[in-house]
Amino acid sequence: MSSHGIRDRVAIVGMGCTRFAEHFDKSLDDMVIEASGEAFASAGVTKDDVDAYWLGTAQSGMSGITLARPLELEGKPVTRVENYCATGSEALRQAAYAVASGAYDMAMAVGVEKVKDSGYQGLNAFPIPTDGTNRTLTAAAMFSMVAPAYAKKYGVDPAELKRVLARIASKNHHNGARNPRAQFRREMSVDQLCAMPRVAGDLSVFDCAGVADGSAAAIVVRAEDALRYTDRPLYVKALSFVAGNGSGLTDPTYDYTTFPEIVACARDAYAQAGVTDPRSQLAMAEVHDCFTPTELVLMEDLGFCERGTAWKEILAGAFDLDGDLPVNPDGGLKSFGHPVGASGLRMMFEAWLQLRGEAPEDRRISTFGARDLALTHNLGGYPGEMVSFVSILGSSLTD
Amino acid sequence: MARGILGWGAYVPYRRLDRTTIAAVAGGGGGKGTRSVASYDEDATTMAVEAARIATRSTPDVQPLSVWFATTSPPYLDKTNATAIHAALRLPRDAAAFDAGGAVRSTIGALRAGMHDHAPALVVASDVRTGLPGSADESAFGDGAAALLVGEGDAVAELIASGTSTEEFVDRWRTPGDIRSKIWEERFGETRYTALGADAWDAALKQAGIAAGDVDRVVVASTHDRAVKAVTKKLGVSPDALDAGELSSTIGNVGAAQPLLVLCSALEAASPGQTIALVVLADGADVVLFRTTAAVGARRSVRSVAEQVSSGGAVSYGKYLAWRGVLPVQPPNRPEPARPSSSAAGRSIDWKYGFVGSEAGDGSVHLPPSPHDDTARPMSEATGTIVTFTIDKLAYSPSPPVVFAVVDFDGGGRLPVELTDVDPDEVAIGARVEMTFRKLFTADGIHNYFWKARLVR
Repeated sequence: MSSHGIRDRVAIVGMGCTRFAEHFDKSLDDMVIEASGEAFASAGVTKDDVDAYWLGTAQSGMSGITLARPLELEGKPVTRVENYCATGSEALRQAAYAVASGAYDMAMAVGVEKVKDSGYQGLNAFPIPTDGTNRTLTAAAMFSMVAPAYAKKYGVDPAELKRVLARIASKNHHNGARNPRAQFRREMSVDQLCAMPRVAGDLSVFDCAGVADGSAAAIVVRAEDALRYTDRPLYVKALSFVAGNGSGLTDPTYDYTTFPEIVACARDAYAQAGVTDPRSQLAMAEVHDCFTPTELVLMEDLGFCERGTAWKEILAGAFDLDGDLPVNPDGGLKSFGHPVGASGLRMMFEAWLQLRGEAPEDRRISTFGARDLALTHNLGGYPGEMVSFVSILGSSLTD
Repeated sequence: MARGILGWGAYVPYRRLDRTTIAAVAGGGGGKGTRSVASYDEDATTMAVEAARIATRSTPDVQPLSVWFATTSPPYLDKTNATAIHAALRLPRDAAAFDAGGAVRSTIGALRAGMHDHAPALVVASDVRTGLPGSADESAFGDGAAALLVGEGDAVAELIASGTSTEEFVDRWRTPGDIRSKIWEERFGETRYTALGADAWDAALKQAGIAAGDVDRVVVASTHDRAVKAVTKKLGVSPDALDAGELSSTIGNVGAAQPLLVLCSALEAASPGQTIALVVLADGADVVLFRTTAAVGARRSVRSVAEQVSSGGAVSYGKYLAWRGVLPVQPPNRPEPARPSSSAAGRSIDWKYGFVGSEAGDGSVHLPPSPHDDTARPMSEATGTIVTFTIDKLAYSPSPPVVFAVVDFDGGGRLPVELTDVDPDEVAIGARVEMTFRKLFTADGIHNYFWKARLVR
């Protein structure tokens, strides 16, 4: 048994992404039509050219009909997938494997979430009947437990760690301010962020991802066919997924300073892609910054720096747009909000723009031209009970 | 073997309302001292479970085969409440569970029933006492529960006689669903109870073949203060035998639980060979005479009434009103939880009600229980340590914020769990906790019972 991956066998040849916002005036149908239409146009194909579709939505609709109806698809296989907050990435993963298998020539992944119709703040999971003994804590509170654990383990003064977390948010707001598709486009200083009232543990609302509606889409074909559709395809180097078994919640050795599912997932992805030193080989990374402590720990779990050093690297600007390894150059979940089914594909859309040199000048990564690999990372769940997705995409074929 | 009391346990909720704070808000009422307050996550059933846990832990050799539960504030009607107590105590399937509901007098009826059952019985009474803001009831009453294990066996106090008298008259009454009881002009009730009390008292003494002067200790329970004074005056016992009434200034009168609570308190102060009289004035009069045995001094409650009375924490009047639903406050803007599934709950009775985890072959403990483990691991009496914690101001709670901790239990097992009876600034990594049976929320009228952790105080 082994995870072989599909390096360089499938390529993304077209993408689309709506603005992420409180789209009170747009329906799910409006958003999937917009994102899909942009993807069709960018690949120069029509909906009939696509042989099979995967729709990622966590809870905005059920079955493939949720996509087939607005796109008026005729006789096409359409599959709805859900895998917590990694749902959008899962849709792409299924589409890519379907093409790699030879079953289809062209497949499409569409991610969408209509979050803002619930009438409540934040994300709210559809209630599944239970015995009533499950936790009712918010995700913010679950992730808030990471910060004090990290501070204690590595001897970081809690006040200093607060500034580190604010620095993460400030960087992502800086990037998002330069992105017309982002929900929040205002820069925020570290001092401003530190002054916000706490809502969960030591976290303020500004340590949390925004809440937005949105949709993003990608069209994939066999790598050898890619240049028929675009002269700058993105080749799939790795697709990795790990579903945790929840044991972290009940394991007395789990210390809330790492996400083991992500460590395992990244290891698999690097092996598939042949990446040995992500810090120097990756041009950029889009990571799942649902809360600021999450991004802190991800820098270590994804192998971007040594254990216990992410906080220093963040303060030193290593992951800024002009840093050593730009992280979340599009502004991340922090600036985009988190329409669950769309976020994973939104991350890939930024890789699409950056690696193809289409990102605007004021948001261009420092590594552009020097490196040609991008990582996207998407997670769902909580510390101790998590799903993790990692993709590595590249703008050239490996020799 | 003689019949009598085999063990006891009382539960006084942690919170105390300072009666002097009432008048500033309600415009009147209040008074001196404090009253006990059931937390927002407590009801008559959860408090009864806590009292019963103390009783059964104090008397581990007695296995009750019936539960008799009395309350005037039943969380459910139509459905038996005592079955949740039965489940929390993990009593066997062939142990019965009954409610004696509605009236304060039900408690003494439950005691009679339990005392004459064929096997040891758990008699437990519990009340959440309410009243309109500023009312005498609001400040004079308190919330609490008490439990007795009774039957044939190695008693701490043997039943020696009883007397009863009954009469229909309307003195105190409440319409189902109301938080307010109404009372007739007090003098009327006083005259009724004076006569009824004397009849029951005389009958009990006669049956026991003793004189009033032979009674070492009298405890009187009633919701009618004037009647208590009038009846007590005519008992003919020594002034030393009477209760100083200090519970009324600290926790208040706990209604249906009062007869058992004052009896528990008396047992904790008793010495062997004493005669104790319980007098209950409620729609009639009941007198039960006990004689303590040599066991009374040796057998202690694992958590005495006095200990609990002296270890309360304050609750503001505003929060008290919110907890009782008198003053609805703005909840977080989150969806309210869905009702728990009865069938899913039915499959996990031991976990949900009994807090029973499982143990793997290597001795590791799983909470909730793992389907791969063969060994049940009861955890309700385990203590643990807080590994990390958070305060959640965003999550839905009947009383935000949610204080939540990851707890490692002594001897194994970890559970992320909500804390209760705690102020956010009291929580710390390394703090010691124990488990308590609570109501997480109520949805569609279904009370979602489960366990929370509280600081060991």
